[in-house]
Amino acid sequence: MIDLQGYGPRLLEGALITIELAVLSLLLSVVLGLLTATAKMSRNWLAHRIATLYTTLIRGVPDLVLMMLLFFGGQIGINMVTDWLYYQFDMDIFINIDEFIAGVVTIGLIFGAYMGETFRGAFMAVEGGQIEAARAYGMSESLMFRRVRFPQMMRHALPGLSNNWMVLLKTTALVSVIGLTDMVRVAEEAAKATHEPFTFLIPVAVIYLLIASLSEWFFAHLQKRYDVGFGGEECNN
Amino acid sequence: MQQLNAWFTDLLAGNEIFTANTLGYYAEGLATTVQLVFLSLIIGLVMAVPLAIGRGSKRPWIKWPIFFYTYVFRGTPLLIQLYIIYYGVVFVEGIQDTWLWLILEEPFYPALIAFTLNTAAYTTEIFRGAIKATGKGEIEAARAYGMSRAKMMRRIILPSAFRRALPAYGNEVIFMLHASAIASVVTIMDLTGAARFVYARFYAPFDAFLFVAAIYLCLTFSILYLFRYLEKRLLAHLKPQS
Repeated sequence: MIDLQGYGPRLLEGALITIELAVLSLLLSVVLGLLTATAKMSRNWLAHRIATLYTTLIRGVPDLVLMMLLFFGGQIGINMVTDWLYYQFDMDIFINIDEFIAGVVTIGLIFGAYMGETFRGAFMAVEGGQIEAARAYGMSESLMFRRVRFPQMMRHALPGLSNNWMVLLKTTALVSVIGLTDMVRVAEEAAKATHEPFTFLIPVAVIYLLIASLSEWFFAHLQKRYDVGFGGEECNN
Repeated sequence: MQQLNAWFTDLLAGNEIFTANTLGYYAEGLATTVQLVFLSLIIGLVMAVPLAIGRGSKRPWIKWPIFFYTYVFRGTPLLIQLYIIYYGVVFVEGIQDTWLWLILEEPFYPALIAFTLNTAAYTTEIFRGAIKATGKGEIEAARAYGMSRAKMMRRIILPSAFRRALPAYGNEVIFMLHASAIASVVTIMDLTGAARFVYARFYAPFDAFLFVAAIYLCLTFSILYLFRYLEKRLLAHLKPQS
C-alpha cells in the first residue's frame, strides 16, 4: 500500500467535499437549466433575451475566470451593499461568503447555461402530438410538464446531461485554486510538503476516474429506464 | 501615429487601473495564451490522427493502450494532469543533468505538455467517432477499386472523416482556450495570470476579471465564426439541396 504520510484522512475529507460540491452544483445547474430552457422557448421577448445573454456570456468565458470574478468580486459586492446599508440605515450587518456555498453557486451558475442548451434541445424533440394529447385530456400546464413533457424530455436530455456531469465533475477541481480544500488542494499541499507528487496526485486522479466510471454506469442504467417503450434502437446515442 | 497615441493617452487619463502598463500585461498574457493554445492544438492534432487510426485497430496491443490513454486523460481534471507533470518532472531520474532541463525548467513547457496530451486524447476520440461513421458504401467502393488499406485511409476515409469531425473539433478548440486559463495556476502569465496580477495589485476584481472575460469572449467568438465558415465551405455537399 502507498504511504500517505498521515494525509490519508484529509484526502478522504477532500474527496467528500468534491463529491458534495459536484452533486449540489449539479442540482442547482439542473434547476437553472430548466428555467433557462423554459425562458428560451417562451414567447416573452425579455425572458428570451435574458436567457440567451446568460448562456452566451457564460459559455464564452473560461470557468476559472468566472469563478474568480464571482469569488473575489462577490465578497466586495456584498461588502458594498452592507456598507451602504450601514451608512444609510445604520444597519450593521457583516456577511462573510462561505467558500463552499460560493463554489456551489458558481459552478451551478456556469453549468446552468450548458444544461439550458441541453434541455432546450430535448424539449423541442418531444413530439407535438404528445402535448396536444395532454391538452386534449384537459391537463393544466404544470401537470402536463410533470407527467408528459419532463419524462419524455429526459430521454433526449440524458446523453447531454451525463456529458455535462462529467465536465462538471472535473471542473470542481478548479475550486482548489480559489481556496476550498477539496481533494486536489490537499493533494497539492501534500505533494509540495513531502516532495512526493506522484504519491498524492495519482490516487486523486484514480478517485476521479472511479467516480466517472461509476456515473457512466449509472447513466447507462437511467437511459435504459427512460427508453422503456421506445424499443431502444433509436437511442444508441 | 502621434494622433493615435494622444487619443490613447486621453482615453486612459484619469483611469488608475488600466494604464498603459497594465494593458501591457494583458497584451503579453494574450500572446502567451494564444501561443500555448495554438501550439498544444497543433501538436495534439498531429498526434491524434495516428492514435485515432490505431484506436480502431483489430490488434489488442495497439488498441487497448490507446484506449487506456484516452480514458485516463479524459476522465481526470486537466488541473491534476498539469500538477502531475509540473511537480513530477523534477523527479524524473537525472533529468536535471540533461539539456531537457533547460526547457522544462520554465513552467511554460510542462503546461504545454499537459495541454497537448489532454487535447490529443479528446481529439483522438473525436476522430475515432468520425472514422467509424464512414459510410460502408465508400469503403466497399474503395475496396472494389483494389485500394490498399493505407491508400484507402489516405484517400477515402480520412478526408471525409476530417470534415465530419469539424463541428466537434471546433468545440474542442474553444474548450482548450477556456482550459488554458489554468496555466495561471503554475505561475504562467497568461491572460488569466495578468488579470490575477491586476486584481492582486489594485484589489479591483470587477475591473480585472470583467476585462479579461471580454477578451476571452472575443476570442471564443472568433473561433466560433472561423469554424462556422469552415463548415460552410467544407460541408457544403451535405447541405439539403434547395
